[in-house]
Amino acid sequence: MDYFAQQLINGLVLGSIYGLIAIGYTMVYGIVGMINFAHGDIFMIGGFMALISFLILVSFGLTAVPVILLIVLIVSMAITALYGWTVERIAYRPLRHSFRLAPMLSAIGMSFVLSNYSQVAQGARVKPVPPIIPGGYALYTGASGFVVQLSNVQIVVVITTIVLLLIFTWLVARTRLGRDMRACEQDQTMAALLGVDVDRTISMTFVIGAALAAVAGMMYLLYYGLVDFFMGFVAGIKAFTAAVLGGIGSLPGAMLGGLAIGLIETLWSAYFSVEYKDVAAFSILIVVLIFLPTGLLGRPEVEKV
Amino acid sequence: MASVTISAPEVKPAAAGIAFILKKAAISAFIALVLFSLMVGVRTEAGPTGQLTYWTRFGELAALVAAVFAGSIVIEILRQWIGPAGAGALVPPALQHAIKTAARLVAPALLLFTLLVPVIFYDQRYILDLGVLVLTYVMLGWGLNVVVGLAGLLDLGYVAFYAVGAYSYALLATSLGLSFWEGLPLAGILAALWGVMLGFPVLRLRGDYLAIVTLAFGEIIRLVIVNWQSLTGGPNGVSGIPRPTLFGIALTPADDGLAAKLGIPFSPTHRIVFLFYLILALALLTNWVTIRLRRLPIGRAWEALREDEVACRALGINTTTTKLTAFATGAMFGGFAGAFFATRQGFISPESFTFQESALVLAIVVLGGMGSQLGVALAALAMIGGFELFRGFEQYRMLVFGLVMVLLMIWRPRGLIGHRAPTVYLKQAQTISSDLVREGHG
Repeated sequence: MDYFAQQLINGLVLGSIYGLIAIGYTMVYGIVGMINFAHGDIFMIGGFMALISFLILVSFGLTAVPVILLIVLIVSMAITALYGWTVERIAYRPLRHSFRLAPMLSAIGMSFVLSNYSQVAQGARVKPVPPIIPGGYALYTGASGFVVQLSNVQIVVVITTIVLLLIFTWLVARTRLGRDMRACEQDQTMAALLGVDVDRTISMTFVIGAALAAVAGMMYLLYYGLVDFFMGFVAGIKAFTAAVLGGIGSLPGAMLGGLAIGLIETLWSAYFSVEYKDVAAFSILIVVLIFLPTGLLGRPEVEKV
Repeated sequence: MASVTISAPEVKPAAAGIAFILKKAAISAFIALVLFSLMVGVRTEAGPTGQLTYWTRFGELAALVAAVFAGSIVIEILRQWIGPAGAGALVPPALQHAIKTAARLVAPALLLFTLLVPVIFYDQRYILDLGVLVLTYVMLGWGLNVVVGLAGLLDLGYVAFYAVGAYSYALLATSLGLSFWEGLPLAGILAALWGVMLGFPVLRLRGDYLAIVTLAFGEIIRLVIVNWQSLTGGPNGVSGIPRPTLFGIALTPADDGLAAKLGIPFSPTHRIVFLFYLILALALLTNWVTIRLRRLPIGRAWEALREDEVACRALGINTTTTKLTAFATGAMFGGFAGAFFATRQGFISPESFTFQESALVLAIVVLGGMGSQLGVALAALAMIGGFELFRGFEQYRMLVFGLVMVLLMIWRPRGLIGHRAPTVYLKQAQTISSDLVREGHG
C-alpha cells in the first residue's frame, strides 16, 4: 500500500508533464485539425533552453534558486514559443489549404529538422545536470518500513502545473484571444467574417502550446536531471496518447489524459516490467482509439459529406 | 502584416521594394538571432567528471544569422521576380509535347539501364552495393505505395512489416535451417498476417488517427524485438543468417559452389551481382503484381477508397476487405524486402527498423507522387542517392532530409509526378435509354 502511494505520487508528477505537452496537441488539433507531429520536439527544445539558460545563470554566480528558476522559466518559455511560431509560419501555414496529408508530412519533416538540429548544435550525448532542487519530505513510514517520500521537485512540478493551468484556463475562457480561439475552432470562415484575425489566432495557438511544452521540458529537466536530443519523440507520442485518451480538442481532457497516462506508465513500471512501459503506453493509444475514439471528454465527430 | 504586400506598386516600385525587402530580412534575421541564440551560440558538453560545462560560439551564430538575412533577401527577390504563384508554370505546348514523349521513354530506358548496371559497373563494388540499396528502397516504396498511394491509408509504421519479414526469415533460417527460397514466402506470409492484424483494429480510423496508430504499432514491434531477448537476441540482433543460394547452389569458393561448377575463378562480386538481380526481380514482381491488381476490381476499389470512403460504402464496396487486402498486400511486399535485407546483411538488429526508415519510405512514396510506380522508383533513386552525397556529413543527413520533406510539401504537395487519375475509366460517355430508368430511380 505504501509502495502504491509512492507510485501514485510519482505517476501524478509524470502525468503533469505529459498533460502540459498534451494541451499543445489538443489545442492545435482543435483549431487546425492536424496532428502537430513536431510538438514533442518543441518540448525537447524547451528542455534544452532551460538547461542552457540555467548553466549560464549559474556560471554568472547567481545562487538564489527561486530567482534562477523564474528566469529560466521565462527565458525558455519565450524562446520556445518563438520556435513554435516559426514552425507554424514556415511549415504549416503555406499548407493550410493543401491536401489532407500534406501538413502531417510537413510536420514529420519538421520533427526531424528540430531533433537533428539540436543533435548537430548540442551533440548527441545526454546532458546531465545535478539536482537543482534538492531535499524533500518523508510523508510517513509504512508498516513494512517503506518510507513514502515527496520531494521538493515534485512539489514544484505540481504547483507550477496547477498555476499555469489556472492562467491558461483564464486565458481561454475570459480573454479576447481565448474567445477568438474558440471561434476559430468552431468555424474559421465565419470567425474571419466576424473580424477575427484567423492567421494571428492560429499563430497564437502554436505560441501558447509551445510555451506550455517549454514548461514541460523544464519540469522534465528538473525532475529527471537530464535532456537529450531524442527525448521529444517518445514523450510526444505519449502526450498525444494522453490527448486522445482525454478526448482530442478538449483542454481539461488533455490534462486528465496526461495524468492517466502518467499513472498507467508508473504503475506498469512498478508492478509489471520497466522494459515494456512504452509498449503499454502505445497499446493504450491503439485500444483507446478502437473502443473509445472520442476519448473521455471529447465530443463525437460528425462526418460531413 | 499580410496586407502590406498589396501596397501601391506603381509609385516608386524599386525603392519601396528594397525598403520592404530589407525590413522583412531584418525581421527574419532578428527572429533567427533569438532562435539560435542559446542553441547555437552556446555549446554544452559533459566534462570528464560528469560536470556540465559550456562555451560560446558567437562566430557560428553570427554566420547563421547573416545567412538567414541574405537568404530572406534572395527569397523575397525571387518571389517578386517570379510573381504570383502559377505565372511561372507557362511552358510552351511544343515543349510540353516533347516532355510527354520523353516521359514515356523514361521507364523502359531506366529498366534497361538497371539490367545493365552489373555489366557496366562490374568492377565497382561501391556502385553495385548502392544499386542493391536503391532497389531495396524501390521495392519498399512500391510496397508502401499499395497502402498509401492506391488505398490512401497513411501508414507510418511500414517498417514493422519490413522488420517482421527480416526477423521471420532470420529466425527460421538460424533455428530451423530453412533456405532463403523456403524462408522468403514464409516471411511474406507472416508479414501479411501482421498486416491483417494491424488492419483489423484500425478499420474505423482514418487520416491522422490511422497514421498515429500505425506509428505506434511500428514502435511496439521494434520495442518487442528489443526486449524479447530470448527470441530475437534483443539489441544484439541475429547474426549468421545464411546467404541466398542460386536454387541450392551456394555462391562460395567451395568445391560445390557456383564458380567451381561453372569452371570460372571465384570472385566475391558474383554474390553481389546475384543479390542485385535478386532484388531487381523481387522489385519487378512487386511492380507487376501492383499493376495487375490495379486493373482488378480490388485495385479499383482501393483507388475509389482513396478518393472517397463514404461514396465507396454507398456504392456497396466492402471497405473492410478493401482495407485489409491493401494492408496485407503492402505488408507482404515489405516482408519480402525484409527477408532480402536479412539475407543480404547476414546480420540484423532492431536499429535497422526505426521510425526514420518508415518516414524515409513514406517520403519516397510521397515524393514519387503517391500512386505513380515510375515516380516512386525515381524518388528512391533521388533519396538514396542524395543520402550518399551526405556520406561525409553523416550528422547533417537527417536534418537535410527533414528540410527537404518540408520544402517538398510546400512546393509540390502532390509529389514530383502527380498521378491520381484512375487506372480504369470509361473511354466515352455512356447514355442510358429512358426505358431503363423510371423517374425517381435514375
